Amino acid sequence: MPNTRMRLFAATVLVALVAAACGGDAGDRRLTVYSGRTENLIGPLLERFTAQTGIEVEVRYGQSADLALLIDQEGDRSPADVFISQSPGAVGYLAERGRLRPLDDGVLSLVPSEFRNEGGLWVGLTGRVRTLVYNRDLVDESQLPGSVFDLTDERYRGAVAVAPANGSFQDFVTAMRELEGDDATLAWLRGLADNGAPTYANNTSIVQAVARGDVPMGLVNHYYNIRAKAEDPTLPTENYFFPGGDIGSLLIVTAASIVDAGDQPEAATELIRFLLSEDAQSFFAGKTFEYPLAAGVEPASALPPLSSIEVATYDFDRLGGGLERTTSLIDASGLEAP
Amino acid sequence: MVAVIGLAYAFPVLYLVGAAVGLGPDLWEKLASTAAAPLRNSITIAVAVAAACAVLGTTLAWLVTRTDLPGRRIWRVVLPLPLVIPSFVGATALLAAFGRGGLVPFIPRIEGFWGAFLVLTLLSYPYVYLPVSARLSTTLPSLEEASRLLGHRPASTVLRVVLPQIRHTVAAGTLLVALYALSDFGAVSLMRFDTATRVIFASRLFDRSTSLTLGLVLALLALGVAAAERLETRRWRPATGVGTRQITYHLGRASTPALLMVAAVAATALVAPLAVFVSWVIRGSATVGVGYEGLGDSLAFLLSPALGSAVAAVAAAIVAVAVTFPVAVAAARPRGRVPTVAALIVTSVFALPGLVVALAVVFWAVQAPGPLAGLYQTFPLLVFAYVLHFGAQAMGATRSAALDVPRLYDDAGRTLGAGPRRRFLRIELPLLRPGVLTGAGLVMLSTLKELPATLLLAPIGFETLATRIWGAAEDGFFAEVGITSLTLVLVSGVLTWALLLRRELRR
Repeated sequence: MPNTRMRLFAATVLVALVAAACGGDAGDRRLTVYSGRTENLIGPLLERFTAQTGIEVEVRYGQSADLALLIDQEGDRSPADVFISQSPGAVGYLAERGRLRPLDDGVLSLVPSEFRNEGGLWVGLTGRVRTLVYNRDLVDESQLPGSVFDLTDERYRGAVAVAPANGSFQDFVTAMRELEGDDATLAWLRGLADNGAPTYANNTSIVQAVARGDVPMGLVNHYYNIRAKAEDPTLPTENYFFPGGDIGSLLIVTAASIVDAGDQPEAATELIRFLLSEDAQSFFAGKTFEYPLAAGVEPASALPPLSSIEVATYDFDRLGGGLERTTSLIDASGLEAP
Repeated sequence: MVAVIGLAYAFPVLYLVGAAVGLGPDLWEKLASTAAAPLRNSITIAVAVAAACAVLGTTLAWLVTRTDLPGRRIWRVVLPLPLVIPSFVGATALLAAFGRGGLVPFIPRIEGFWGAFLVLTLLSYPYVYLPVSARLSTTLPSLEEASRLLGHRPASTVLRVVLPQIRHTVAAGTLLVALYALSDFGAVSLMRFDTATRVIFASRLFDRSTSLTLGLVLALLALGVAAAERLETRRWRPATGVGTRQITYHLGRASTPALLMVAAVAATALVAPLAVFVSWVIRGSATVGVGYEGLGDSLAFLLSPALGSAVAAVAAAIVAVAVTFPVAVAAARPRGRVPTVAALIVTSVFALPGLVVALAVVFWAVQAPGPLAGLYQTFPLLVFAYVLHFGAQAMGATRSAALDVPRLYDDAGRTLGAGPRRRFLRIELPLLRPGVLTGAGLVMLSTLKELPATLLLAPIGFETLATRIWGAAEDGFFAEVGITSLTLVLVSGVLTWALLLRRELRR
């Protein structure tokens, strides 16, 4: 009967409401983290942190850009203590809007200076390297380019997939602007567009398209192919790192920061310090295949060493503001239309 | 009351207007130069998908409710389910299902406009199918019998008697499809078709004025579409007749082609994605101890998200139906401007991308005074966001049902001395029931796949199956995407059965 059914539904809803209300009871020290890094890539570490310190951690997961918008929209009322970003663009946005609190020198100095914000507003957690993923059945090693700038050559016509709307491609283009200038960057983007580079939604869909043989090569972050091959070792995809410190294999950081509106700066600092400890950095190296940035931890053995890779040393405060220019260059290049 | 509800639904649009006001005329120039082509694409895909869903949804509904199609009880459980597959998952799965390197290599893979068209049509035809199925169970057999007695063949009866009776129900469902297609980001971006939502998402961080103004343009488009749909029903007069037992049409020789068509839809919209999910689970993941690893791994991690999904969806469905009921009933009667305007506003919110709705709720909630501010990121506010976003679905289904209540019944009740309350409870409400339940079902299925509002507004730590799927897909953990999507379809099937089909199938 509808009545029984309604009562059952109402009871379920009530239970959920009570559970939600009780969840708000604060213990002594409780941190709220907004994380652009998904649960699989950080959850186990946060559990370890709670076990070690007794500090409870509650996490809201989401897209880095959306969480940055949320923190900005929440303003002084933001419940967030810590913001962990997948991309320098999102954390740079908050730095520019004055939503972040400067970190202790003790924390900042755990990481080499090129991996942190000049104003001390955020610190790099891990690095991700841009690579050219290719299908070894379609591309011979000898055909691979020496530099990312070679991809505009006629011989790579229609052969290199890019994801112009994706945050990591945009971060890469921003870095290229800082290192090579706007003119060279626009010329390169135009070259790709004129060369018929197919565009995709994101890194994962490029790796899948390359694996299927829809397109022979694509510009992505290094760990997507590593994870794809962990799921399916028979994939014919390989990562190619551009040699000689070429900007095509640039390292881009993921970052941690303390939200200014938070009321737990000490506990927040403790968490960031933990994420830069050898324990946590080994987790990133071994489980998520990223480049550790602190505590002398080495990257997974299959990866080229950090010393052989170009590191973007641009000022991230400028990057946040500069993203608009980046996307307008991408728009102007004609890469957008698929 | 109707005005208050309309006002509450105006909040997201007011938020967008607030963002767009004060921007110079150069903004419009800029929009015209960068967003004109994507906007045209948005309109093209919305029109094409809406038209396809109108035909497909109506045909399927007719076949499974009014004919002797073999296996129609099973089809009734299966056919609503594609609605619950998040569009980005559906697109990923179809890309993995067909073509070179896919599960079925000999069927070509399609991308671009036709790819987006296929995915959106297959995932959103239930917006038409469900209301039309409900409507077909309440049409008046006496009219069809009269038509047959006057010598019309079955096909002619369907065209001349049945179709005119369900016309505005089809229109209401088609409207929902058009708005959904306008707001979608997942399918179009993965199928590489460039629409306005791409611009909204790509510019949301660095150029919010462009992003929000384009959101406003979508809302205005939605108002236009909704107004057009209203014109269609303006002179609507419900048919009057008698009888409760629906006529069953015998398909005869058409049985096999009809069965093949229904099976083909189910195969591409549901079986193909499910097969891909299963293949991902079987393949498993060798990613050392992160996430779900495949067959044999514990499924305990799915328990809390599954419960979260079910509770949120049921709560949203009940509240959405209750909140929009007065607007729907008032808007179905030829009475004043307020209900019409309120109904248009409720409808327009559905065309906004979920992220825009979520940010609008955040905007208003964080500056709410006093105790209201305590609601921020609680379960009631999350349900409010769902009800705001999906209220149009509940309202549309209820309103079409209300349009079909013959005025004569009410007059008869009055002649027999029943007061307004009694007439409403004894005459109108029972006739509205299938429409109301359908509306609840649509909201429930939409909430089950909702993502942006859940991520931004849920109580901290609250998980749903959709947020789990997103997290796993974000990092390319396909075994986990697969098992969680399978669970989502299973949970949806059970809930749909409990809400819409249990009683009907027992009959």
